Amino acid sequence: MANVLKKIYIALIFIFLYAPMAVLIVLSFNSSKSRSKWGGFTFKWYAKLLSDSSIMEALITTLSLALLSALIATFIGTIAAIAMTGMKKSTRTLMMGITNIPMLNAEIVTGISLMLLFIFFNVKFGFTTILLAHISFNIPYVILSVLPRIKQLNPSAYEAAMDLGASPFKAFFKVVFPDILPGVFSGMLMAFTMSIDDFIITHFTKGAGVDTLSTKIYSQVRKGIDPKMYALSSVIFITVLALLILINLLPGSGKKTKKEKH
Amino acid sequence: MKNKFVKWLSLPYAVWSIAFIIIPLLMVFYFGFTDKTGKPTLANIMSISLPVHFKSLLIALLLSLISTIICLLLSYPLAMILSSMNKDNNKLMILIFVLPMWMNFLLRTLAWQTLLENEGVINTILRSLHLPALKIINTPYAIVFGMIYNFLPFMVLPIYNVLCKIDKNLLNAARDLGANEVQTFFKVTLPLSVPGIISGITMVFVPALTTFVISDLLGGSKILLIGNVIEQEFTLNSNWNLGSGLSIVLMLFIVISMIITAVFDKDGEGSAL
Amino acid sequence: MKKVFLFGLLATLTLLPVFGCGKSYKNGEVYVYNWGEYIDPDVLEMFEKDTQIKVIYDEYETNEMMYPKVEAGAVVYDVVCPSDYMIKKMIDNDMLAELNWDNIPNAENIGAQYFETSKEFDPENKYSVPYCWGTVGILYNETMVDEPITKWAQLWDPKYKNQILMQNSVRDAFMVALKLNGYSMNTTNNDELQIAKQSLLDQKPLVQAYVVDQVRDKMIGNEAAIGVIYSGEAIYTQRENENLVYVIPEEGTNVWIDSWVIPKNAKNKENAEIFINYMCKPEIALKNFDFITYSTPNDAARELIEDEDIRNSEIAFPDLTKYNNLETYKYLGEDGDELYNSLWKEVKSE
Repeated sequence: MANVLKKIYIALIFIFLYAPMAVLIVLSFNSSKSRSKWGGFTFKWYAKLLSDSSIMEALITTLSLALLSALIATFIGTIAAIAMTGMKKSTRTLMMGITNIPMLNAEIVTGISLMLLFIFFNVKFGFTTILLAHISFNIPYVILSVLPRIKQLNPSAYEAAMDLGASPFKAFFKVVFPDILPGVFSGMLMAFTMSIDDFIITHFTKGAGVDTLSTKIYSQVRKGIDPKMYALSSVIFITVLALLILINLLPGSGKKTKKEKH
Repeated sequence: MKNKFVKWLSLPYAVWSIAFIIIPLLMVFYFGFTDKTGKPTLANIMSISLPVHFKSLLIALLLSLISTIICLLLSYPLAMILSSMNKDNNKLMILIFVLPMWMNFLLRTLAWQTLLENEGVINTILRSLHLPALKIINTPYAIVFGMIYNFLPFMVLPIYNVLCKIDKNLLNAARDLGANEVQTFFKVTLPLSVPGIISGITMVFVPALTTFVISDLLGGSKILLIGNVIEQEFTLNSNWNLGSGLSIVLMLFIVISMIITAVFDKDGEGSAL
Repeated sequence: MKKVFLFGLLATLTLLPVFGCGKSYKNGEVYVYNWGEYIDPDVLEMFEKDTQIKVIYDEYETNEMMYPKVEAGAVVYDVVCPSDYMIKKMIDNDMLAELNWDNIPNAENIGAQYFETSKEFDPENKYSVPYCWGTVGILYNETMVDEPITKWAQLWDPKYKNQILMQNSVRDAFMVALKLNGYSMNTTNNDELQIAKQSLLDQKPLVQAYVVDQVRDKMIGNEAAIGVIYSGEAIYTQRENENLVYVIPEEGTNVWIDSWVIPKNAKNKENAEIFINYMCKPEIALKNFDFITYSTPNDAARELIEDEDIRNSEIAFPDLTKYNNLETYKYLGEDGDELYNSLWKEVKSE
């Protein structure tokens, strides 16, 4: 009985989370351009999607930005998190305070202040400026997700490895790194997600001719969302979902069955 | 790991944060404490006491507080159920919560408009079942609804994380010592999950407090939140000084909630993921 | 294993742009900054092919979002398409370059009356070439109202409670209230504005939502009976929902013009003029009109419209001489803007 209730509860939350996805998918098959009128079933938005070079470019820019900024932020953030554990408490608190600023500041303030900064230093606006901005707001997510993992580490394992003759580097990669990897990975995922979803900071730091999907969607709002965007969203959604399911069914995850018995 | 080399690892981040976090922040403070001609003034900060601004701040505080509480009430049981499930599904679960965020925020919120409208999907279904219509679009309820939808994952994930870390032996021990389910929950599970709860509260409360898109799209712009005021000062009125000044006031509330977090969550255990 | 797979996939995506083709154009480039969805994308490709000038195209959502970017010089644009009052503001702040009309011979296709109207913000027609224009009016759903809507005053009728969509922008909202009370939409007289503010406050309980972009979808979906909307949306919305009717209210309304201008710091001024000239070609203007459905000031293009109903449409091409109380927005100066904004905030926060 309790189990059934639990399942119903989870199902309800998932319906709540995924209802808008369903709406977007349905709209992508709507032949009317308006989101509030059903004009009949069509595949035309999907067909037109691939030939729309500006949307495709925006997609590639979005993904490259998200991936690059996530990777760089993960690198800087992870080593910073490692360093922070070795710091005095007061320095660490200060670092954490700074880390929290971009997460908690209103986005528009961050966006405009970065724009002013780039103008002041005469940086040419373009892909690079967006990338710098994205890395900046991504690092905190990485630090916040790596830090708890490092705190859970057993410090003597690292020292033991060194005592046994491993170099600091080797000790790190053999002993510490595998343990914090889940934190690094989820931090990178969070960074990737935040970068994909950002509009405001991108708007103020982007140059001419560079568009991400977000800036494209926002500029369309005035004249109505291009249904091709619904189609693209549906494609991304289905692809990622399929990947997730596929990866979890891959033989590589066979260890799952073994552990289940515990 | 307390050797000299490790400390230097923080150097890239230190440089980075000075260039891209501290300096921009100083610029905000500069704008916030000066007027359009560059003369120092406190007027931008003090303008929070104007009825217009003060009211929008109060409403924003109220709505974000309500949605934070509802998020917590929804998330806790969910996180408990999830954490009691097979641990190898952890990553999948996290991904499933993050996945909706890969769809553009604006598209997601617009989709809720399509669902909630008077002639929208939900009401069409209700009407065909001869049930009374749901009239929440363009009201504060819809804003709260949108906040819960968009920020729920930020509450579920940290709570889920702490719950997963709780040693099952503790729970078994409590039961062995004669505690029933309810007692075990209140004496063991709940106290141990406080860091996650607090971290979740901050991560929901802060973005809810500063949002402006949700109130525009689901609230019909009839309710002005402090986030809307700041956004309009920047994008419509080009008054960066006032916008920055109000942002500094808002930061004050954010700092307060951070201090509360720091007090309860000394070890940073309840961090996001 | 999983991670390697994911990384491989993402790395491929990242590298894609590196291999993207770099078509070369022998006549340089032009940086264009325009409203979102405000041009037929095919036109840009045709322009590149015909002139061998590469277009670097960028979009904005509001005049006010555009202004700081151009002012700060974050990106140096060659052609921008602001609205009337914003053009005035840019002229006042010495941000625009004078056009060389010898390079824009096609400007003669633009109706003389539009240059006449342009004088309200560009007194000597030195800086701007009209691109699109329109009016602000009422769109209503015949099946949801008791009698035809003809004037702004009906937006204050209590029987339409929760059926009214107002514009969520300072100038448009105050324009409606000022016209209702018989004042100019460019007034900076505090007493008049206080009365207008009170009208908007009185109206607020009747308003379903303040919207900008959502009017069309909500009207098409029968979500509201009456909405304040730009005339350019009328043709499109009627196509989607035949019960919708667009009217220019009796009390008078705003006529707006979006025009091409060249910022003073433009690096490719000649290419910018070639671009503007190209946009004034009748067949190009027609193509854009078909795509965006906002009225074109290009008389030669209008002659080319095949559908007679649209060519003679009172909505797309109203005879402005029939109305005697139409105005364009004027730039009110910083103090004026501030006054409007603070009053609007009071309305919104009530």
